[in-house]
Parts: sequence; structure tokens; C-alpha cells
Amino acid sequence: MKVELTVNGKEISADVEDRLLLVHFLRDVADLTATNVGCETTSCGACTVLLDGESVKSCTVLAAQADGRSVTTLEGLAADGQMHAVQEAFHQEHGLQCGFCTPGMVMAIVSLLKENPSPTEAEVRTGLEGNICRCTGYHNIVRAALAAAEAGK
Amino acid sequence: MIPPAFTYVRATSVDEALGLAAEHGEDAKYLAGGHSLLPLMKLRFAAPDVLIDLGRIPGLAYVRDEGTYVAIGALTRHHDVANAALLASDVPLLAHAAEAVGDPQIRHRGTIGGSVAHGDAASDLPATLLALDASFVIRGQDGTRTVPATDFFRGIFETALEPGELLTEIQVPKPASPAAWGFQKFTKRAIDWAIVGVAVQGQAVALVNMGSTPLRATAVENALASGASIADAAALAAEGTSAGSDIHASKAYREHLARVLVKRALEDAAARS
Amino acid sequence: MSILGTRVIRTEDPRLLTAGGIYVDDLREAELAGAVRATFVRATVAHALITGIDKSEALAQPGVVAVLTAADMTDLPPSEPPGGEVPGPDEPPAEGPVPLGGKWAEPLLAVDRVRFVGEPVAIVLTDSTYQGEDAAELVSVDYEVLPPVTTIDGALAGDSLLFPDAGTNICVKGGRDIGDDSVFDGCDVVVEGDIVNQRVACLPMEGRATAAAFSGGKLTVWASTQNAQLARLIFTAIGLPPDAIRVVAPDVGGGFGAKIGVDREQIVVAWAAKHTGRPVRWVETRNENLMAMTQGRAQLHHIKIGGDRDGKIKAYRLDVIQDAGAFPRMSGFLPMLTNLMAPGVYDIPAVQADYKVVVTNTAPIAAYRGAGRPEAAATIERAVDWFAAAAGLDPAEVRKANFIQPDQFPFVTKAGAPYDTGEYEAALEKVLGAADYASLRADQQRRREAGETKQLGLGLASYVEITAADGGAGETAKVEVHDDGTATLYTGSSAHGQGHHTAFAMILQNETGIPMDKIEVIHGDTDLVPDGVGTYASRSLQLGGSAVHKAAIEVKEEAAKNAAALFEAAEADVVLDADTGTWHIAGDPDKSLTWAQVAEHADGGLIVANVRFTADRPTFPFGTHLSVVEVDTETGKVTLLRHITADDAGPVLNPVLMEGQRHGGIAQGAAQALCEEVLYDADGNPLTSTLADYAAITAAELPSFELLTSETPTPVNPLGVKGIGEAGTIGSTPAVHNAVIDAVSYLGIRHIDMPLTPERVWTAISEAQKASAK
Repeated sequence: MKVELTVNGKEISADVEDRLLLVHFLRDVADLTATNVGCETTSCGACTVLLDGESVKSCTVLAAQADGRSVTTLEGLAADGQMHAVQEAFHQEHGLQCGFCTPGMVMAIVSLLKENPSPTEAEVRTGLEGNICRCTGYHNIVRAALAAAEAGK
Repeated sequence: MIPPAFTYVRATSVDEALGLAAEHGEDAKYLAGGHSLLPLMKLRFAAPDVLIDLGRIPGLAYVRDEGTYVAIGALTRHHDVANAALLASDVPLLAHAAEAVGDPQIRHRGTIGGSVAHGDAASDLPATLLALDASFVIRGQDGTRTVPATDFFRGIFETALEPGELLTEIQVPKPASPAAWGFQKFTKRAIDWAIVGVAVQGQAVALVNMGSTPLRATAVENALASGASIADAAALAAEGTSAGSDIHASKAYREHLARVLVKRALEDAAARS
Repeated sequence: MSILGTRVIRTEDPRLLTAGGIYVDDLREAELAGAVRATFVRATVAHALITGIDKSEALAQPGVVAVLTAADMTDLPPSEPPGGEVPGPDEPPAEGPVPLGGKWAEPLLAVDRVRFVGEPVAIVLTDSTYQGEDAAELVSVDYEVLPPVTTIDGALAGDSLLFPDAGTNICVKGGRDIGDDSVFDGCDVVVEGDIVNQRVACLPMEGRATAAAFSGGKLTVWASTQNAQLARLIFTAIGLPPDAIRVVAPDVGGGFGAKIGVDREQIVVAWAAKHTGRPVRWVETRNENLMAMTQGRAQLHHIKIGGDRDGKIKAYRLDVIQDAGAFPRMSGFLPMLTNLMAPGVYDIPAVQADYKVVVTNTAPIAAYRGAGRPEAAATIERAVDWFAAAAGLDPAEVRKANFIQPDQFPFVTKAGAPYDTGEYEAALEKVLGAADYASLRADQQRRREAGETKQLGLGLASYVEITAADGGAGETAKVEVHDDGTATLYTGSSAHGQGHHTAFAMILQNETGIPMDKIEVIHGDTDLVPDGVGTYASRSLQLGGSAVHKAAIEVKEEAAKNAAALFEAAEADVVLDADTGTWHIAGDPDKSLTWAQVAEHADGGLIVANVRFTADRPTFPFGTHLSVVEVDTETGKVTLLRHITADDAGPVLNPVLMEGQRHGGIAQGAAQALCEEVLYDADGNPLTSTLADYAAITAAELPSFELLTSETPTPVNPLGVKGIGEAGTIGSTPAVHNAVIDAVSYLGIRHIDMPLTPERVWTAISEAQKASAK
């Protein structure tokens, strides 16, 4: 079937299998490989992107369901060569090591801060219950989220 | 990881959805938020030939004040149920339970109707709606009927929905004392399904994951009604249940948890009211 | 001012944060255009003979290019055990981290039998991934089921043998004779018991992945590996010499030991590329990863500890049984290290340690963050708490009474480990002070007296661990200074999140004054770095970093010669100002040369140093962790409230990177204590092969950590550094474990095995309450 999505501000249309997952549309059709697949059970959050501005796990959304909608991936966050506050905070706070969970983690935090601009540490931690990281122990990811919140004030 | 091939069709109205379901028969399944169905399909535990996407049907996502009850459209997402001001004031138990479902990403997609129709005894909302004595409005090609929650959940992933029928609205009577609520979801990790959960509204007590369907803890309720203390009533929490044993918990432990969590939920409800 | 020791954020980050890393599945190399996707057909039973494979239905599916089994792999050279000959029964046991081979040899694709659920049986090549999953489902394998061996007890009983030719399931024995009980004579207090160190999954967020292309007689493989050079050696198994193979490690999404070299599926992928002439890409699913990637730990310990009533430990016995899974991938290496580190930080006069390795019908075990040492620390730290409880002494005081003292270093333990330096008591005191231990104990006491539902537990773990155990293999570094003043640094280390590019550039800048933003660091490509050892065993800073340091010195020597010629001065009079990166004649600051000018003068306009740094012994970082937990005594649920650590791995090169390694280690170690476990049912079916079932720890279960640091250098390398990568994991597991037991010890509970799930804790509480009611 034919789908047309706006991805990072650009319209992309393609003829795809009905069962194509949004994450594979992004990676293989839109050629945006930052978003990663980390599991099959909607558990790890590595595939998190924004769908109409809200965080979703793109492995559990069909491209067809996102037809006509707007998707933002990590690659679409920086504007005019300037990193988004969350990206900058990850850099300053050493919020990433191997980087595999990072795109999903960043997008989850962007969405979290949009809905809760001044979260407590506990709210950040609970808000990231659906994003698994194996390298960082989450300590600096939480610091990055709080730093980004602070920067947004 | 990838669902088997299927045909995707999109409904733009309830009638169209019902028609598509009738046309494709048992080869078709409805798709709402997809966060109950797609995970099963990705593991190839479910393999419908046709998916009827309900996501574009207008007018099925709302939280409305209907005087004595709150009407919630079946396609209302958990996120919106959790954040509805009307529910925060009039049915805080439901708002709280919706906030406990999954994680933020899941709550942005999953719908209350999808969760109810999926009929998983381990889900938070079916038991919560059972405790609230909710009713479910069901549309079929023959017309509309309303089924109370107490009659809706029939067995493991089995509900009162006949093939092709579509859940359109959840009606939640406003509790006499909205603040008298308690909700306990016991997990190993925050993201896990409830090992055991409890939803309390007043003296109504419902259990998550203590049987093949969400259950009312009738022994507890009867004890409370006859004046028993919370502690004495909660001790009966496991009666009439058929908890399972799995890698997360044994039956005996679940029964113990039910007693502890019912007590805590009832105490919270009492403290709030 | 030296940049070493300062907080420098990572040069790796901007690319990773804006474009995302390029992992194997992201590669868009020209050589991989038109690559077919590989999907493996895997064993669905744990132990069985293969009686037939029917590919016909799969072959008829759209997009299927080939379905290949062991029967198709006729063009392989005969396999040799990579470690050399398999020792005979009377020879010393194999203790190198290599597969045992011989009677215990592991095939690439299963030949006549399968030995664990998930073992690869066939490879299906299709145009697309989606087609691969469809087709693989249709490959039909017939099995004649054999009785599965799923526990250590079952393995020892020997009723069902995984390798009938071997006549036993015990594949390696080692250590010393531990039978002499006289070492416990005269001990006032003796405690004995079993401790389980449960099987866990390594769970890097990127699973195993490989892409291979064969063209013009040359094989190029992109592999998610911790060492491309070792991977290249392994790929020779398909019948090509090393110089016909290029291995490239792109960005690697975590390894933790499970990506040392490459796995059998990756060899099959490389073979398939050669066999079909098509490039092939394989990216495993999480399900495959949790079933078939090597797993960690899985040891059963029987211990005995004895000492005086005043707290002095006199004897310790450790008997280890290592479950190797279906194939002994690392021979006796892991339990050998457990034996080596058995006594931990304590000066115990009599230490007995031995081990056996058994095979079971489960996923093969290999290195996982700590690789044999967490097991040693987890057990000695429980043993010390057992001893303290039996003697009625505070666990902190018992530790202090038994630490190896600073003036005893270098110290060879009775287990044979040559500890270099340590300040064990200082680390303990640091943590106790920062945590205000006395106040925590008071809070604990108050809660106990009040009969509160939520009880407090304090857990200590003082640990020491061995890093760069293979210091003799060393590490390589090549530095090129170009005539434009930039430098290229080639390292044999292979970062997969550790930030080596930042750390090594810091070392090079510190030595030469060439600024970091003018230094390019390259690793992981055997064409560019043909000689290298890799990243594991917490070796990279001490060996790789020391190699950079050594190369920097050589490059400076070469540069000094060229500068002297340009200045027309004596070499002895030439001096480098490392702050500005300029060359001068001593006492004459007005005349200066840049690195660019000096390099331009050199042969070919390039100054090069190509070195290997080796260390003659390993190093031993150490520390103390204190864990504070709350246990809900009605449900058994444990909440980790605080985790305070003092870790010492010598001088800290970059606190940012050092903290990150500790955080990650603490989380993984706490996860083993609290929630993670790989489970199989009685038939050997995996029960935790999805992330919905395997309880990987999340941010919601953890607090922010409190890190204290001390810096006790080692004389083993010029940087004075030890390894920090695994230390966090080693110290945290026993600290959390001890904390939970401490929380419920007032009920008479002495031990609960990990993971300390709510049900396990509640069961212990419930039984203790019943026992005391009697």
C-alpha cells in the first residue's frame, strides 16, 4: 500500500508492505538509521520517535498507522546546526556510552519534558521505565534530562 | 519480530468498520492503538489475514460528563484518560490506573477500548472498570447493546464481544465518594505487568491477575458490607480466585500478595475519604 | 597544565547524538549493496538428534536465495582447536579463554545433534528481512529428543551425556586439592554452605550482527566485535589466510565480554558470503540474543570459612562448579579466575580453591563483565558476613580485622594472585564516613524496635579484582604526526562505548601538545590496525593507553632529531613545550618550530612511531561499596535507596569516563543481585528469552549513585593506572546482596540466593516467622 509520512519535516511517500513497521520505514525507506531496533516485545525503547510530537515505540506502530502523520527522529532534532537542549545535555553530562539506546532515550526525554517541563528525579526515572540502557546505569541520563529541563527554563 | 503478512484496511466510520469485519469474517481483527495486538502478531502468536484500522474513525476519543456517569470513547488513549481533568475530579481511580499502564510511549498509543476488548486479566484497566461497575457500549451490525463489566470478561482473552462487534464507549458511573479509591500494582520492576493488582472504589474491590479474568473480590466485599474491619476483610482476598504460577510468582505468593494489597488499597481509600 | 585528570567530555558524542551511531545494520557500504539477509533456523528442543531437515517449503518462498545447513559446508578446512591441542586426561587442565575443542568441539551449524534451544541449525538467505522470517519458519527439522541436562546436579549425575564420546559431562577440573580439613582445626567459628551465582544475560543493547562480502578472493567482514584482529583470526576457519580477510568493527552497541572475537553464526555468515558470492548481512533479534548469545556467571559455590571469635579469619575453602552451557567456550578460564581471586582483599593464611566445569543443555557461558571475578567477590563477601554474624561481630569490623595492609604490598595471596597496591581499609572508611554508617545503623535499629513494615538493610562489599590479566599480550599504538600539524593515532584497543578516542587523545595531547581537536583516533579496522589485542578485561587504559604514551615518547624522540637538524643545534638542547605544542632550543624561547614544521622535515613528511606496550603482570583495582536497601517485609520487595562506592583504579585520567564506567557496572551488578536471571524449564526450554520476561533493570529501579574516589597508583605501567571497567559490577553485587540479608537478619535469616526477587525474600521472611512462632 502507498503511505506518505512527514519525517523530520520532509514528505516521504512509498509503496510498502502492509505489515511494514514504522521503525523499518524510517530506517530502510527514509534511510534514517539513527533509530534502532532493540527487541521484539515493545520493551526496550530503542526505537522511540515522536509521532505528532509524542513519544511512541516505532516498532509497535505500522507505517500504515502513521500515514499522513508527522514523525520526528533523532536526526530531526538539531536545528540550524545547533543541538537540541536534550542532545547538548547528553553531551555535557556524559549521558551516552555505546550510543545504541541513545536516540530512543533522547526522544523519550524530549517528549517527557514537553509534557512535564520541570520533572523531579523520580518522575524522570519513572518516565524512562520503558527505555533500557546497558552501559550508563542511567545516572548520567537522568542528570542530562534534569539539565535539559533546567536549560529550558 | 515481524508479523506474518496481512492486508491492512482502514475504516473511517463505525459502520464502515462493522461492514469490513462482516466482509472478512474471522480472518480479520480490529486494530486500535495496536499495543495489545501488534506485540502478539510480532511474536507470531496471532496471525489475522486482515487488520481493520479504527484509528481514523472520528468521534470515538472523548471523556464526557454525562451527569451520573462519565462517557469515555473507546479510542481514548491511556495518556488522555490519565490526564483528563474530569476523571481527576470525578473518578480519580480510573485516571490513576490509566497512568499505571505500561510506559509513556505505550500510553501515547494504547486505548482504553483496546485494552478492554483484549480482555487480559493481567491488565490494569479491566479490573479497574470492574471495580467501578462500568458498562461497555457495543455496536454490531444488528444494533447497539450495553454490557456491564461484571458480565463482560468471560475467560482468558475472552469477552462478551461477538465476532465483528465493536466496543465504542465505556460508561463509568461517578462514584458517590470519588476520593475513596485505592490502587495497588505489585511488580518486580516498574515496567512489568502486575504480578497482582488491586483496584478499590469505596467497598468495591477488584483483582488484577488472580484468575482467567479480572475478578471482584466478593468475599472481601461481603465481609466489609457486614462490618468487618479492613484487616479481617482483606484476609479473604484470595477466596474465589485461581491465580497462576509462572516465572514471576507462584500461586501461593500471589494469594499472599492479594491479601496484603487489598488491605493496603482499602486503607488508602479510607485515608483519602 | 596537564589535561590528564580533568573532566573532558567526549569527542565521540556529537556524531552519535546528531546522526546516530553506525552499527552493522546501519552500514551502507558499496560492497554491501544488494546484500542478502540471513535468518537462522534454530533448535527448538534442548537436546536431540537431528533426523532430518526439509528445506523444500522454505525454498519455494518468495525472495529465498538459499537455505544452507552443515551438509552444505563441505568446503571448510579441517578445524583445529584454536588453543592448540586438547590436553589429555593426565595433563594440566586447559585454562586459556579458548574453546576446549576436541571431544567437546562445537560445530558451526549443528551437524547431527543439537545441544541447546537456540543452537543454529540452518541459515536462510533472502532478499529482505521480512522474507527471511517467513521462510525460516518453514524449514522443517525433525528431532529425536534426548533427555535434557538442565542443572549442575543433572550434569554431575551423568545420566544423559551431551558428548557421549567424552563419557562424562565434566569437561575440566582444576585448582588445588581442597580436602584437607585440618586448616579449620582450632577455629572458634566455622560456617559452611552453598552460594549460587546465577546465570545472567549479557544483554548489550545491540545484539550480535555481522555483514560479509567476498570478492576477488578477499573477504571483508563488518562485525559487532570487541576485537577485529581476533575476529580476523577466527574467520580463517572458513579457509582463507588472515591477509585475505579484512575485519571492520563499526560502531558497536555494547559488548560486556560477549563480543570478544565473533560467534559461530558470524563465521557461518562469512562462509555464506564466500559460498554464494553474495554479500550477506545478519542482525540477530533480541529473542535470538537472549537464547543464543553467550551468557554469564552460572557458578555454584560450596564454601567453608573459619576463624577466631575476635574476628580473624584463618581458613577459607571455595569449591566452584561452573556450568559452561552446552559447549565449553572458555575451558576452565572463568572458574580459574574465580579461584585466583577467592580470598579477595583479605589476608587469609589458608586458602583452598578448586573447580569443575560441566556442560548442560543451555546457552554457552563465556565472559560477562568481570568474567569469573564477580563470582569470587560475591562469595567471599557473603562468607565474611556469614562469619561476622556467626561470631556476633559487625561486618565492617571483621573486614578491617582481615584486610591486607598497605605495607604488605606487593602481596601474593594464598590463592596465588600477585596484588600490586591497595589501600583497602581507607576505601572502607571513606564509604562508612560518607554514608554516616552509625546513623544508618541507628535508623535500622529504630525501625526494628518500632516493628516497621519497611526495614532497612546495610550491605558492605570490599573487593579487589584482577585487570589486564593478559598484560603480556599488551596493546599496540601507532602515532603519525603529519606535516600539517595534525596527528593520527591507531590503537589496537576497540571501544564499544568506553570513550577511548577521548582518553587516548588526551594522553597524546598531554605528551605532545598537539591539541585533541587535531588528533584523529582510528581503531577496529584490520587494514588500518593489523595488529591489536582489543578491549576486554579492563585492559584498555593501562595497556592501550600506555601504548599511546610509549608511541608519544618515541614520536617526540624522532621529532627532537628533526627539530635539532632544523635548529642546527644538538638534540640534547632541543625541548618541547607540551603546553603549546612547540619545539625550542633550551633557554631560547624566541625561536620555535611547530609540529607541522618538524614533521615536514622528516622522511616523507611524516613522523611515525609504531609500538606495542606489554606489562609483565596484571593490576588490581579495589574498593568498597555500601548499599542501603529497604525491604517491605509484607511483600519481600526490595528498594535500593542508596549505593555509595569508593573505587580505586589508580590515577584518574578523565573523571567523566571513569564515573560512567562505574555507574554502568553498578547497575549491572545490582541487577544481578535484585532481579536478573536466565531461566530454563525442566526440558531446557528458555523461559526468559524476551525482554518482557528477562528482568533487565531500568532507571526506575535505581537511585543515583554516590561515588568517592581514591587514586592508589600501580608501578606496573608508566601511567600508574589500573582498569575500572568491571570493578563497579564486582563490588556492587555483594553489597546489594549483603544489604538485603542484613535487612532481614533480625528475623534469623542467614542467606537468600540471588536474585533477591520479592518472592524469594518473602519466602525467607515467611519461613523465618513460622520458625520463630514455634
